[in-house]
Amino acid sequence: MIAIIDYGAGNLRSVVNAITRLGYQPIIGTSPADVLEARVVILPGVGAAASTMESLKKMGLVKPLRSYIAAGRPFFGVCLGLQVLFTSTEEGGGHQCLDVIPGRVKKLPSGQKVPHMGWNQVRQKLDHPVFSGIPDDSHFYFVHSYYVEPDDRALVAGETEYGLPLCSVIARDKLVATQFHPEKSGELGLRMYHNFLKLALE
Amino acid sequence: MLTKRIIPCLDVKDGRVVKGTSFINLRDAGDPVELASFYYREGADELVFLDITATPEGRDTMVDVVRRISEQVFMPLTVGGGLRTLDDMRRMLKAGADKVSVNTAAVLNPDLIRRGADKFGSQCIVVAIDAKRLAGEEGGWEVYISSGQKPIGIDAIKWARRAVELGAGELLLTSMDADGHRAGYDIELTRAISEAVNVPVIASGGAGSLKDLELALEAGRADAVLAASIFHYGSHSIRETKEYLAGRGIPVRL
Repeated sequence: MIAIIDYGAGNLRSVVNAITRLGYQPIIGTSPADVLEARVVILPGVGAAASTMESLKKMGLVKPLRSYIAAGRPFFGVCLGLQVLFTSTEEGGGHQCLDVIPGRVKKLPSGQKVPHMGWNQVRQKLDHPVFSGIPDDSHFYFVHSYYVEPDDRALVAGETEYGLPLCSVIARDKLVATQFHPEKSGELGLRMYHNFLKLALE
Repeated sequence: MLTKRIIPCLDVKDGRVVKGTSFINLRDAGDPVELASFYYREGADELVFLDITATPEGRDTMVDVVRRISEQVFMPLTVGGGLRTLDDMRRMLKAGADKVSVNTAAVLNPDLIRRGADKFGSQCIVVAIDAKRLAGEEGGWEVYISSGQKPIGIDAIKWARRAVELGAGELLLTSMDADGHRAGYDIELTRAISEAVNVPVIASGGAGSLKDLELALEAGRADAVLAASIFHYGSHSIRETKEYLAGRGIPVRL
């Protein structure tokens, strides 16, 4: 079972459409049981980190998500679904996040337009199966105003230049998260989900 | 490197694309789903749908159109035209739109921008501005509403800044002087707005040649260009457009 978590804010329709297009039948997950019983969890996201954390708390999903990820079970985070994995974010005056990955989420530096919106390149820093069949420096669709900075740079699987080299992909075994939106990134984005699900369900 | 976006725009009325297109390989060139898929395969960076339907029934049809497009097309979709309330926005976003564009309703009720951005995030809220050059020596541009029918005495640059303060994540700027003439974007206007705000600006209105797109992106400093007829009538393919721009040193996704 592939659970796409609905916490009321993210536009999860496109993620559902992408996963469905790949031939899977995802469910919309809203409860702790949905997380704990899932074979794969996908956490989509747009909007603000503070309200996302607020919703996850209200729905009782903070602990289940933490223990799910800690157990090394397959997880894919998209955009805010990447950011909330970190210790804390500067967004909205500062908020604690899930703290699955030590590090912080920072505001993009001034000097260029914010949000970082559009197609930008991802340089592959790690050899991970999620990149299978995806050429280095391929373009993916970004839209965000904050970026993640993991304490452990060895987690950075993909990097993207926007005023600074920012971490655009995290990958460790079956934990993958992207700052861009694979579901909005054409055939290569679908390919990335395909790669992940193949790895996750093997 | 962040690339400049090339965005075809489709006008939809009662679920059908108007201002027909002349692609030979489409079964039904008036079907927005088929056209969207066509542009997706062609490598467009994003699509904008302008709903010019006037009736509630037509609006329901548009929601359904967006839903069907988002099942087949994995690229960003913006929907605008006649959205007046948070509920209107929500329906489109839930159907699969990534961004909603507001124009008249935002001018009449600027709080709609703030509430939309609070609820759905700034990245979802595009404010569309229709501007017309003022006569006289002082110059400047005035904002028009109601599909460009009504001047409202507000300076376009001031309104652009205000819209961004309220939470707009992007501006879709149309020059009413240039729109429909296929003689080039209003470069001065595009540049003035793009330099006045810190969010992406999409230039619209007036594209007649590939050189026009290049000028809007370079001299006009736009982050994206929107065009209808040069793509719809097959004068230039998306691929050809991008190759042209790349040849002139403009970063595009090929």
